[in-house]
Amino acid sequence: MISLPVIYATRIYQLLRGEVLIIPARTLILIVCLVLLILPAVISQPLTLRVLIMASIFAILAASWDLLSGFTGQVSFGHALFFGVSAYTAVLLNQNIGLAPWATVPIGAIAAVVAGLAIGVPCLRLRGTYLSFATLAFPLILAGVVMAIPSVTGGEYGISGMDRLSDSRMVTYYMVIPSMMILGLIMWKISDSKTGLIFHAIREDEVTARASGINTTRYKLLAFSLSGLFAGIAGVLFAHVMPTVGPSVLGLTRSFEVIIWAVFGGIATIYGPMFGALLLFSLSELVFTQYLHVPKEAKLLILACLVMLILLFMPRGLTTWMRDKTEKICPRCKLQNVATRKTCRVCTADLD
Amino acid sequence: MTEAIIVNGLVASGVYALLAIGFSLIFGVARIVNLAHTAFYMLSAYFIFTFSKSVGVPLLLSIALSIVVVTIIGILSYRLVIARIRQHEATTLIVTIALAIIMQEALFIRYGGDPSSVPELISGTTEILGVSVINQKLLTMGVVVLLLLASWALLMKTRLGVAIRSTAQDREVANLMGINVPRIEMITMAISVAVAAIAGALIAPLFVLTPGMWTHPLVMILAVVVLGGLGSLRGSLIGALVLGFAENLVVFLAPSGAFLKTSVALTIMVIVILIKPEGLFGITFEEER
Repeated sequence: MISLPVIYATRIYQLLRGEVLIIPARTLILIVCLVLLILPAVISQPLTLRVLIMASIFAILAASWDLLSGFTGQVSFGHALFFGVSAYTAVLLNQNIGLAPWATVPIGAIAAVVAGLAIGVPCLRLRGTYLSFATLAFPLILAGVVMAIPSVTGGEYGISGMDRLSDSRMVTYYMVIPSMMILGLIMWKISDSKTGLIFHAIREDEVTARASGINTTRYKLLAFSLSGLFAGIAGVLFAHVMPTVGPSVLGLTRSFEVIIWAVFGGIATIYGPMFGALLLFSLSELVFTQYLHVPKEAKLLILACLVMLILLFMPRGLTTWMRDKTEKICPRCKLQNVATRKTCRVCTADLD
Repeated sequence: MTEAIIVNGLVASGVYALLAIGFSLIFGVARIVNLAHTAFYMLSAYFIFTFSKSVGVPLLLSIALSIVVVTIIGILSYRLVIARIRQHEATTLIVTIALAIIMQEALFIRYGGDPSSVPELISGTTEILGVSVINQKLLTMGVVVLLLLASWALLMKTRLGVAIRSTAQDREVANLMGINVPRIEMITMAISVAVAAIAGALIAPLFVLTPGMWTHPLVMILAVVVLGGLGSLRGSLIGALVLGFAENLVVFLAPSGAFLKTSVALTIMVIVILIKPEGLFGITFEEER
């Protein structure tokens, strides 16, 4: 008689062999995850860990942008709103009432969902470019208010002295990195579900989606609140990791950075924006300064040139380009196959 | 104080109007959201600073020179960068942001973060109804009015204007009518960047120059464009007036107004689009599917 653990182990092994190792992109994701999990054992430099913690928080943020903008097509120029609202909610609750991080995370996330609905409702009447320009306004309005009431929010200098997630950087690392992976997996599952399909449909053609009996209003609001939820979690984590939370969390730079990471990685994929954020953030904060000794002033210039050049050759983003090179979609069963295969791995149909 | 609000409001709205018209022109004709638009304006101001201070060219000549150089840079960045990726909407956004950041950082490396300033083209003040107004501000207002009239005349009265407007209305039909659409798009890009460069030349003596000076006008022109309606000349002008005056009223009247000026201006925009989603004078573009 076979014991239960063996059955589970066989099942996991089969899943790994049949669904992950068969496709290079998925193997790559697995390797990146494993490397991130093992890394502290090899490099325990505090700076490296700090940068990776920040990078994974931003990866959550970039993926949440993708859920709203990449999938649903509601291109948001003001994603810093969700991030900033939840960060400030967490800070104020932590400082004034003394709530611990385990309580501020859900409350901050809910605050961001409320913010998502609050801007989602007026934005329902706007489309395309108008919507993008209008969303830009919300975080900046809030940033102005934050700066104008320094007695509550600390004004320009922000608030410092938050409770840390943990006093040990290593523990913080092992709290943030797995949350990034789990949240990423959840977002990827959402995007792969029926809801995700409807999001795609709304982006491609909202009128047709509505004509097909989809309540697009409800689904757009769902996209706004889901996106707000995940961005809100990122914002609270950020508040508990950084020494200070200031108005820059609501700034134009934050909103634009998210778009840069996401589009660089490849939109409408979830893993693309996460990869983009991890890569670009650790490149600029770690590799350039620590290993390549790029002067601090030239850092952003080189990064901007790099992003521009890569996008000139891979206009749909880095991971999308790699995916198109290494994968083929089976014309019959719509499953991904390695580009080298002649027939589909499941239904044996000819792959052109 | 009233006169300060009026003068500064007029100057700010004039600059926003110029920038917004160029921005919505290139959006209307080529569907390019050029987020680097205000970076060209910054570049022009800095070029005037470079030519007149470091190289020692006379001020008037250096203004003309910098407008020409910035326009050439604009055309080159359109040809070499933007035109190649413009069918990917999201990519256009971040490539133009990247362009703006490249310009910002290049200026930062060259001049540092410290504010620089440019001498006035005409110095002194003029008495108008008992109020003394800085001459450079009067000049700015005059040039803005002239440029607005000129761009109206260009768009409405010339063959080129008809070609630009018909391309904005329907690319395919314009193409079928024998209009060279790629050429029109390039000319539009050149006009739009040149107008931004002139706006930069006008404000260079009035504002301090910093490498981050492109972000605030960018936010404001996006708001102006939404408020006034994309692709409408009149809308851009009225939107710019509303927001320019709102900003200056808040700065002068509200406590801690410097922080709140953007908030108030943007709140006005949000309220207007809640009531009228297509903006004050919105021209709805043909639905693209």
